[in-house]
Formats: sequence, C-alpha cells, structure tokens
Amino acid sequence: MSDITKREVLIEVKDLKKHFPIMRGIFRKQVGAVRAVDGVSFNIHKGETLGLVGESGCGKSTTGRTILQLLEPTEGTVRFKGTDLTSLNSTELRKARRHMQMVFQDPYASLNPRMTVGSIVSEPLEVHNIGNKQERKEKVKDLLQLVGLNPYFVNRYPHEFSGGQRQRIGVARALATNPDFIVADEPISALDVSIQAQVVNLMDDLKSELGLTYLFIAHDLSMVRYISDRVAVMYLGKIVELSEKDNLYDHPLHPYTQALLSAIPLPDPEKEATRQRIVLEGSVPNPANPPSGCRFHTRCAYTTDICKKDDPEFRDMGTKGTPHWVACHHAEQFE
Amino acid sequence: MTHLLEVQDLVTKFYTEDGVVHAVNGVSYTLDEGEALGIVGESGSGKSVGVLSVMGLIPSPPGKVVGGTAKLNGRDLLQLSKKELQNIRGNEVAMIFQDPMTSLNPVLTIGKQLTEAVKLHLGLNSEEANKRAAEMMDLVGLPDAANRLSDYPHQFSGGQRQRIMIAMGLSCDPSVLIADEPTTALDVTIQAQIVELVKGLQEKLGMALIWITHDLALVAGMVDKVAVMYGGLIVEYAPVGSLYKQPHHPYTLGLLHAMPKINAKDQTRLASIEGMPPDLRKEPTHCPFAPRCPYDIDKCWQENPSLIATGPNRYSACWRWEDIKKEKTFGGAE
Repeated sequence: MSDITKREVLIEVKDLKKHFPIMRGIFRKQVGAVRAVDGVSFNIHKGETLGLVGESGCGKSTTGRTILQLLEPTEGTVRFKGTDLTSLNSTELRKARRHMQMVFQDPYASLNPRMTVGSIVSEPLEVHNIGNKQERKEKVKDLLQLVGLNPYFVNRYPHEFSGGQRQRIGVARALATNPDFIVADEPISALDVSIQAQVVNLMDDLKSELGLTYLFIAHDLSMVRYISDRVAVMYLGKIVELSEKDNLYDHPLHPYTQALLSAIPLPDPEKEATRQRIVLEGSVPNPANPPSGCRFHTRCAYTTDICKKDDPEFRDMGTKGTPHWVACHHAEQFE
Repeated sequence: MTHLLEVQDLVTKFYTEDGVVHAVNGVSYTLDEGEALGIVGESGSGKSVGVLSVMGLIPSPPGKVVGGTAKLNGRDLLQLSKKELQNIRGNEVAMIFQDPMTSLNPVLTIGKQLTEAVKLHLGLNSEEANKRAAEMMDLVGLPDAANRLSDYPHQFSGGQRQRIMIAMGLSCDPSVLIADEPTTALDVTIQAQIVELVKGLQEKLGMALIWITHDLALVAGMVDKVAVMYGGLIVEYAPVGSLYKQPHHPYTLGLLHAMPKINAKDQTRLASIEGMPPDLRKEPTHCPFAPRCPYDIDKCWQENPSLIATGPNRYSACWRWEDIKKEKTFGGAE
C-alpha cells in the first residue's frame, strides 16, 4: 500500500501545537500550559485513511479538532489542498469548512434532541447556502438512504433511534456538504461490538463510493488496523511512530507501540496462555509538566541516560520504499 | 456435587412507566471454588442485572427478582433478609464496579473507605484495620501504601483507583469476587495491568471470580468458562478452550466475526450482525436472536430453545447448533 504515499497530499500538518493555558488567582494570571499537542507533523494523502491512536489524554482528539480549526492552533500550520488554514480569516475559513467535516464520538451528545433528523442533516446545507428548500429536502432523503436509514425518518427525533442509527445520522450530516476530508473522532467507541462493524463497514463503503479521505481517531488498535492505510501512534502530545499499517503492527519500532499492541486481549485462550505481555508501569504523566527528553522514558523498559536528556528526533527508518517514522533513540535495536 | 454458587432460573423484571422490562429471563450457572467465569454480553443483555439480582442490589422498585434461586454454599441468597445479605456482601462475596471514579466516596480518605469493611465484618479495631488496609494496598501494587491512607480518591489516577477498589473488595478474604466491567473505563495499557493483577490475586488467594464484560477477547485469557448473554438469556455456556475455537451459537459466531483481527493482514470485510438488540419491553416468546440471525428457521419463531447440551460441559440455546458447529470460524486470533 506504499503507493498511497505517492498520491497527492490533501492535508499537510506541520509542527502543530495546541497549548491550553492554566490560569490562577483573581487576575487570571497564566501559570502554565497543558501541552495537549506539542509539535506534530504528518501528511494525509487523497483517498487515504490515516489512523490516529493513543490513550486518553494523549492529544489525539485535540489534534483532530485543531486541524479543522475548531480549536485555534498555538503554533504550526495546516495546509488543506495547499491553502494554509491557519492564515484564513473567519469568512474564508467558513467557506473552507464546507470541504472538511467531523463525526463525533458520542452519538447521544452530538445530535440536538430538539431537532428532527431532517433538520439536523440539512443544517450544514443551510449554513453554506446550498440549494433551495426543495433541493435540500431531496438531498436529505438521498443522504439518509446513503447511510442505510429509511428516508421516511426525516421527521423523527434522535431519541427514537438506537446508538448505531444515531451514528449513521452523524455520518449523513457530515456528508451533507460533499466534503473531501472527514475527521472521525472515535466514531464507534460508544457502540456495541455487533453495531461497530456495521458503522465501520458503512464508512469504508462511503470512502470508496465518494472518494473520501479520513482521519480516523480511536483507541481500539484492532479496528484501526482494519480501517486505516497508515497509522500514527501518539503519546503525550507527540507522534512517536507513523507507518503503513501492516509494517507498524508487525514490526513496531517504538517501545510504546510495542506495549500498546501487547496490551490488546486476543480472542484465543491458547495464544493468551503462552503470550508474553509487556505491562507498562504507572500511568501517563501530566501533560502540563511532561518529562524531560523522551516523554516516554518514565515508563520505558529501555531507558538510558540519553533518553532522559534529549528529545529523540522523529526520523524515517523505513526500508524498501515504505517510510517508517519513529521517535526513539534506541529504535535500531528493535529492527 | 455441590457448587460454591449455584444460580438457577433467575428472572428479574423492571416495572417502569413504559411497561415491564424483561431484563433477565431465566438464567442458570454454577461457580466452583477457585473457578473463574466470564459473563459476556452487549449493553442490555442482562449481564450486570443478573449478577446484581443475586447480590440483592437491584433498586426496588422498579426492579424485582421474580423467580429462581441463587445458592451460595447451599443458602439461597434471594430468600435472605437485608441484614443477612449485608453480612455476605463485602465479606463472602465482594464486588468491583466499572467506574472507579464514582464508586469511591470523594470526601472520605481512602484509608477510611478501606477500613470500613474490615471493621464491620471482621471486627478489627482502628489500628489493626489500618494495618490491614496498608497490607491490602501493598497486595494490589500501590507503592508507599502506609503513607497514602490519608489521601483522597482524586489524588489517584484511574488505574490506581481501580486498584483501591480491588483492595477494598479483597480485604475480607471473600470466596467470590464479582468484577462488573472493571476495566471498561480504562486505557488498554492500564486494562492490561488490572487484568494481570486480578489473575495473579485469584491464583494467590484461591477465590472464585465472575468477570462481566462486553469484550469477548478480554476474558479469553483469564477465565475457565464463559456464559454469552443475549436478550436476558444465556445463549451459550462453554469451557473457554472450546468456545472460541468452535462456537455453537450464531450470536457467539457473529461476535467473533465482527471483531477485527489484530494479527491479520488483508482482512476481508467485517461480518457485521445486522439489525439491533431486542426490545426488552416485549415478553420473549421466540428466540431473542432470531430477528438478526442468518440461520433462522420457522421453529426459532415459534419456540425459544432452552440451553441444549451440545458437548462436554457445553450448552447452546439454538435449534440449529449442529449446523452452527460446522461453520468455519476465523480461528481466534488469526
């Protein structure tokens, strides 16, 4: 699948940072910052699904929202089809947003309970002045059909639907403006296993049918391998490893990726019995005060002095034309 | 042979304004000393309600245990008075819950919360109880235990809080530990820590374990047998070794196919289970899985099969289990 990286670049993220200030005292003086996203760079190619994984608090959702400019980046640039989104004024940005949409995690919280399904799905069309009333009505019906819902549901309210159906409504809303790029922020985490597969299959079908590009954010590594072309692993605001998916899952070069993969339970009692599991000590450090040097050194089994001092460079260790980016001083020993 | 815990034909209903919710519709299982049972099911399958009913923890009204028995060492828990049940809970049977944030009292120190049970059930004085609490915190791998007894829950991380819950549960040496989705709110690496911890403690202390989860993969490496629940019923009940290799119920088969395989390259399309879980407000008259089942025949819509013996210690609630048995599984992790 390495040919995917030869395709046209749709999204170019460079040194993206998002720091949230910590305010104290009656004068709201800034005493520090939560460095949620602390310098990430990657490209997403046209027609690609990039999986972004990591544990809670690693900054993966903030990255997604900052790319879409739902949060203003502290530093760095995001280029969409060559245009730097961070330099746009609000009118220009509003126009650009038509081409980038988002699907949210919680299908219960992301749909307004007082709006009908029809008005939820047609709202983006109204915001962007697309079509007249009749055309919008038709479009909404088409969209509902597209995501596998009965078009006669337009006058129903979200509470009349199950979690999986609501997530389909969320997808229909995201598709309303014919976007090129969709950020899916844990779209299946709140759903039951048997329903997850339905939504993932739907997103997969839509991608090939409509030529979409996805940034798929999740913490479920097996689902990410299934849906993605390339996968990026985040830890404490930084990307620690990025490669084509089979390469990353079969030959992880970062100790954190190795630990994440080994923590996944397998549905096979025999394999589970013989498996050597890497169990990480402790929990994720506070992003307001990240460890010096490599941020993973406090939990890593391979830590040496250099890890405590120097932040490892994010470098390409790929072979045979498949790029494999990793940020670890000792990555060579895992090859 | 008598079992440590023997639940038979348990029925629990909720009498709500919207009508009667048939949450648990006749569930039976056994648990021997030192044995581990996994109860797997999706939301609304009755997996938690079934166990809470046994422990007398169903809010009533609206909930009511309508039928069945649940014998612990021969004593039917469902017939006990509130007082007698209180003596058993936390003492002979301990529970840990999903959300360690809400199951700990935020305004009491963890020392206070850890010593409550041992003072009550074992009659220890404060000094002994504190010592016991520190021991338990050591046991569950919390460093610097003695000095942290005066800390409050918010000073601990999610994984640490779940460890505290486990320490609390184990402090009276229970013979059964019931874990109700204890790792669902935690990250995978922390989940792995907790699973390893409970597995180790179960072996070390020789207690029986019931682990409730929605993740079929999670219990594969930690229990002896698995009960798969759907629509308030156990639809398949089998030793862990044979269940994953060869499911005898189409729901178990469907679940295994719907999970992406972490080790597999070039995966074929995920086989989703079409449709939605059953509406529990309707009294079940046919197989609850029939509306979503690709194998359904007329009989499935007329009569719901109870568990049929399909092999050594294996049961399946499916008329067509012999056909299901022949289906190819993707062989666990491959």
